[in-house]
Amino acid sequence: MSTTTATPDRAARAPLNWRALWDNVYQAALALGLSLLVGGALLLVSGRDPIAAYRSLYYGAFGTTDRFTETLVKATPLLFVAVSVSLCFRAQVWNIGAEGQMILGAIFSTWVALHIKGLPTLPHLALTFVAGALGGALWSLIAGVLKAYLQANEVITTSMLNYIAVYLLAYLVRGPMMDPQGFNFPQSRLIPDELELPRLIARTRLNVSFIIALVAVVLALLFWRSTWGRRTEIVGASRRVAEHVGLSVPRTVLLVTALSGALAGIAGWGEIFGLHFRLIEEITRGFGTLGIVVALLGGLNPIGMTISAFLFAALVVGGNAMERNANVPFALVDVIQGCVILLVLSRAYLFKRASS
Amino acid sequence: MNWDLITVSFVVGVLASAVRWATPILYAALGEVFTERAGILNLGLEGIMLMGALSGFVGAYNTGSLWVGLLIAALVGMAMGLLMAFVSVTAKANQVVAGLGITILGGGLSTLLFRLFFGLRTRPPTIKTFKVHSLPLLGDIPIVGEVLFKHNVMVYLIFILVGVAWMVLYRTRFGLALRAVGERPEAADTRGLNVTALRYIGLMIGGALAGLGGAYLPLADLGIFWTQMTAGRGFIAVAVVVFSRWDPVRALWGALVFGGAAALQTALQTLKAPIDSELLLMLPYIVTIIVLVGISRRAEFPGAFAVPYSRGEK
Repeated sequence: MSTTTATPDRAARAPLNWRALWDNVYQAALALGLSLLVGGALLLVSGRDPIAAYRSLYYGAFGTTDRFTETLVKATPLLFVAVSVSLCFRAQVWNIGAEGQMILGAIFSTWVALHIKGLPTLPHLALTFVAGALGGALWSLIAGVLKAYLQANEVITTSMLNYIAVYLLAYLVRGPMMDPQGFNFPQSRLIPDELELPRLIARTRLNVSFIIALVAVVLALLFWRSTWGRRTEIVGASRRVAEHVGLSVPRTVLLVTALSGALAGIAGWGEIFGLHFRLIEEITRGFGTLGIVVALLGGLNPIGMTISAFLFAALVVGGNAMERNANVPFALVDVIQGCVILLVLSRAYLFKRASS
Repeated sequence: MNWDLITVSFVVGVLASAVRWATPILYAALGEVFTERAGILNLGLEGIMLMGALSGFVGAYNTGSLWVGLLIAALVGMAMGLLMAFVSVTAKANQVVAGLGITILGGGLSTLLFRLFFGLRTRPPTIKTFKVHSLPLLGDIPIVGEVLFKHNVMVYLIFILVGVAWMVLYRTRFGLALRAVGERPEAADTRGLNVTALRYIGLMIGGALAGLGGAYLPLADLGIFWTQMTAGRGFIAVAVVVFSRWDPVRALWGALVFGGAAALQTALQTLKAPIDSELLLMLPYIVTIIVLVGISRRAEFPGAFAVPYSRGEK
């Protein structure tokens, strides 16, 4: 099918075009601001106090050092997923399967942590990391292969694979991987203590996976300047041109789906080895989908995505606090997400109108 | 596995349940046929169905009338289609991402509104659903009558709508215009057809039907609403449309395939098949992928599918 028109963003073409980046930042800020207004209006209509809600959201995200580190904790999977999604989206491959890929990454890496024995700590940890990346990549490649060679729409296959992954996880934590001493809770055994990722600040949940996420952002910047990155851009710009200059479109599709699956898988790894230390059902907490919003708001640009990952992490952490303290449902954050996507998409039209 | 349970009436029950599973998917798929025939891919069906489910439930709960609930669901679905139309037709945004935005918005908004309307309760609010009516004479036919003609009114309505949709698409000037706009918008434009208006209409029909499909779940089946209750039916409906090759009657068969997979899954659970229920729940989603793969290479998409139209541009 032809989805070659309407590139997600002009800035996406040139990773470090400062002018485009600035346009991007202020338009994104406006989109976010408008979305917050829409959310506020909804609260007002239903008789809640939007200012109190947003105040508790703000303090929930930035109020104390503790809250702020929690924002960084939530930004970690969002960064991984956003970088993952941007690889595919810039090649015009609409992979929305990060949820499922995160889950498979978590399953593979936990299995390696629990069942491979006798390795020294560091190689063992490295192996769990590789297993997480592999799990995500394989899951993503199912959709990649079906798209590259059988033209199956990846939006449908990846969304179906998300549901399948959720049930696979539910099956594993109730069956083969269930903790025998877990009082029948749907969860696996704890990973060995020595495999837990070191904390960056004592008594907070902020851990090494945050640093790895930042490294992923830097690697993404480098990727777009490499030959592979440029090839991917060409395939994204036009399938016809790519074939004309002798690039293999199917091979590029496979490359980006595998890489992006691996990154989402690493996000799942980070959640297990940095936060939960065991397989549980709520491993993704919707971050696979939220990461897509982060990527779009960031214009699929590594720097833009970093900024938007922090913003949305703050929204999530603050949204939880808001639900607790101001009795405003967390779903408000989902509404804001949806508005952000639609506004960011329409902004070329809206801004043209405003300036003429 | 308990083989003794498999009797004629059990099999008939499974087939009838396949029809009921297929119905909400078919509503959404039928609408999407119109949308895609006009050249737009609406991947926001999942979110529109959720908004339909929520608004239908709230409407029926507050007025006590299921029909008012349905009307509201159709109108809300239409409004969501209008929003998609603005983003994809007027602002010419990428339709895949726009659909994703609609899905996230619909999921969030339906959850939020439900909480704002009903608050947190220990017992969920419930409504009485549409009753099952056996059709006179037809309902008395052995087996066939049980499978096809002992359902609630929304099932019969979708049978009729399939026929109506076929008539509209192939036997009216409007249907011809809609298909022309999806196939070759430039040519349609030169003939004096309003491409923008027709695409808006295609999306609004699609939205209204997806809203009804969503409302089927609380109003005709379950009597309650819960977050994300459509569980991927919107995406499955998009797959059904590809399967149907944009034909209302073939969409009926497609929806029945998925309904069958879902009914089989529940039947196997009843039979205590030696497979865990979590694994059985995957079945409809796996079938969707397999069917999609089987047909995608042969599928001929409408000529201008998912391409925004601008006059005088190539």
